[in-house]
Amino acid sequence: MPATPMIAYAHVVKSFDGGAERVVAVDDVSLEVAEGEFLAIVGGSGSGKTTLLRLANRLIDVDRGSVTVEGEDVLAADPVKLRRRIGYVFQNGGLFPHMSVAANIGITPKLLGTPSDKITARVDELLELVQLDRTRHRDRLPGELSGGQRQRVGVARALAARPRIVLMDEPFGALDPLTRDALGDDYRALHKKLGLTTVMITHDMTEAILLADRIAVMRTGRLLAQGTPAELSESSDTYVMELLRTPRRQAERLGALLPRDSAA
Amino acid sequence: MSILTDPRWSEALGHLSDYLGNHVRVSVTALALGLVISLPLAIAARNRPLARGVLLGLASIVQTVPGLALLALFYPLLLALASLTLGWFGFGFSAFGFLPAVLALALYSMLPVLRNTITGLNGVDPALVEAAQGVGMTPRQSLFSVELPLALPVIMAGIRTSAVWVIGTATLSTPIGQTSLGNYIFAGLQTQNWVFVLFGCFASAALALAVDQLLALIENGLRHQSRARTLIGGVGIAALVAATLVPAMARSPSSYIIGAKTFTEQYVLSALVAERLQASGLSASSREGLGSSVIFDALATGDIDVYVDYSGTLWANQFHHTDIRPREELLAELKTLLAKQNITLFGELGFENAYALVMPKARAEQLGIRSIADLAARASTLSIAGDYEFFSRPEWAGLQKAYGLSFRTQRQMQPDFMYAAVASGEVDVIAGYTSDGLIKKYDLIVLDDPRHAIPPYDAIVLLAPKRAGDEPLQAALRPLLGKISIDTMREANLRASGNDASSSPAGVARWLWQQIEHSSKR
Repeated sequence: MPATPMIAYAHVVKSFDGGAERVVAVDDVSLEVAEGEFLAIVGGSGSGKTTLLRLANRLIDVDRGSVTVEGEDVLAADPVKLRRRIGYVFQNGGLFPHMSVAANIGITPKLLGTPSDKITARVDELLELVQLDRTRHRDRLPGELSGGQRQRVGVARALAARPRIVLMDEPFGALDPLTRDALGDDYRALHKKLGLTTVMITHDMTEAILLADRIAVMRTGRLLAQGTPAELSESSDTYVMELLRTPRRQAERLGALLPRDSAA
Repeated sequence: MSILTDPRWSEALGHLSDYLGNHVRVSVTALALGLVISLPLAIAARNRPLARGVLLGLASIVQTVPGLALLALFYPLLLALASLTLGWFGFGFSAFGFLPAVLALALYSMLPVLRNTITGLNGVDPALVEAAQGVGMTPRQSLFSVELPLALPVIMAGIRTSAVWVIGTATLSTPIGQTSLGNYIFAGLQTQNWVFVLFGCFASAALALAVDQLLALIENGLRHQSRARTLIGGVGIAALVAATLVPAMARSPSSYIIGAKTFTEQYVLSALVAERLQASGLSASSREGLGSSVIFDALATGDIDVYVDYSGTLWANQFHHTDIRPREELLAELKTLLAKQNITLFGELGFENAYALVMPKARAEQLGIRSIADLAARASTLSIAGDYEFFSRPEWAGLQKAYGLSFRTQRQMQPDFMYAAVASGEVDVIAGYTSDGLIKKYDLIVLDDPRHAIPPYDAIVLLAPKRAGDEPLQAALRPLLGKISIDTMREANLRASGNDASSSPAGVARWLWQQIEHSSKR
């Protein structure tokens, strides 16, 4: 008997009022995320990937079909409690500009009623985990941090209440390539270390291949393909092939331009 | 005499704790009430376009009503309400002074708070509202720990705007019986006491600035999460309120309250009455600058104890009679009518302050005009000015009908400027008042009214129902009855319109009493 998936989407449909007509954002999508898995959802803008992510912690509710988290239908769960046990990393951080770094990180434990001395200890632990200097950063306001530091705080905030699931909405999209690479690697390490189940949205196939165990490809609300990078490369779908072409070409060019034994 | 050594400054200063205290109390209460109503309303309506539109629309309409009119409207409204509660629940409340002023000002304060709160909340980055939801906040937690703090600068700007408006507009609550810094301004304008006008303006501006800065301090403290600054600001406002409460508590409640309408003669007469009561060992204070319709109701409900009115005014305005009776008959009839409301018509002072058509003596002689009948023949080429109410009064309709008057133009003017205007030829005729000192000053003539179109306006002393059998009060006032001639009153009014220290109402009242004593001895 297969283990219960951590997150399962079954024939999920979600449409929005788009002025003149209804826009179908997610169209009959079924997808499962296993415990401990790192899944990347890849697609262009308007593909429905963000909507799919938000259905999991009820920032949006389904029209049809069902979403279950740890075997429980999310519509049966209290949305506020559900969100407090799922970490969420927002695009551009989503940090509250009027709160210090420490207050931002400690927000979910605070909402859960954790005593303040425990929150303080947890915040320090998390700052260390995301490799930020405690004394230098904890009392700063988000506006005083660099983009990379802000996103590290965003990750720390998502992890604060020890969730088993972390949802990430294009977390590294706005960062410069070096920071992005470092942060991606660091997060991947945390994912392993903490035994998290992670769903990350990205429009960047290279990033998805480098970080995720499995990749789901979406286009105009439909799930086109899902699988490991190796499985995807065998797909006959033209859009999937097109998405894979860029990383392939980059890999070839990089291989040609950077000789292996450059350290000699 | 230098402007700085003018004794009127110290006289003005003497009223400061009373006027400022009342001003702070009424404006802070109104502001607090306005906030308590408009903040929740704005929060509830922010995501409902229809409710938002209706709310802001209504608040804007309120704002277009001139402050004075809004304040004046609340008086009859509350009066009706008070009589309803009296009928239904067996209790009434005073519709005079504090309550209508607070309600009207609170209403007036709402627009900037509503608009800025809605704008501020709607201006919060939707991504942050979503982040608040995402980290597990309930809508309420999101509102209080994310949306409101982020919208705070805009909301506070609205609160500060409305604080300044309320403090400024509160000066207009004087005519509905709420003492305020407006007492300086109204009294000063009426008696041409510019020291008072300036003092009132500066005091209310300084108060507005002080409150604005304290609010700025609170805003600053909240924004930078500095408890110290928030606390200092809060304590500052609390101290302001407390400081104004202390003298009010320490002051013994005066037993007699004397009302005065908004013109010089009334200020002088109320000062005279106050002086007479004090001379008889009774304590007295005055409520000055009351609107003409407010003052009668205030007497009827016992908010004031005594004031001087005019027979014709009551006849036409209060009892809505359009017919004109001979003097004695009108007074007798009036006495009966007043008695039905338990108001005592204590007696006449001896002069009349009637409306009269007035023009420069020289001009009248040149045109051969001696009476209104003469005037009627030439009216179509002449212009007339009257005070704000004259042209809508029955006297004017009566005059037009009796003499077939029809002027080239008619204008409304502040009564004090009317006389100068007719003297300088800016207008040809004015509807003045027979007892006005300026008639003498500018060498004007009162035109005869051979057809008796203008009703008699005897100055009469009215007593509140609860003072009907008050012998000490009546004994103190009795020496005034029948003792003030039209010439004496004109002279008193002229003195009161002077611009020097002896022209204060109290000073003129003392002079007037000397004249009365003098004529009694003769």
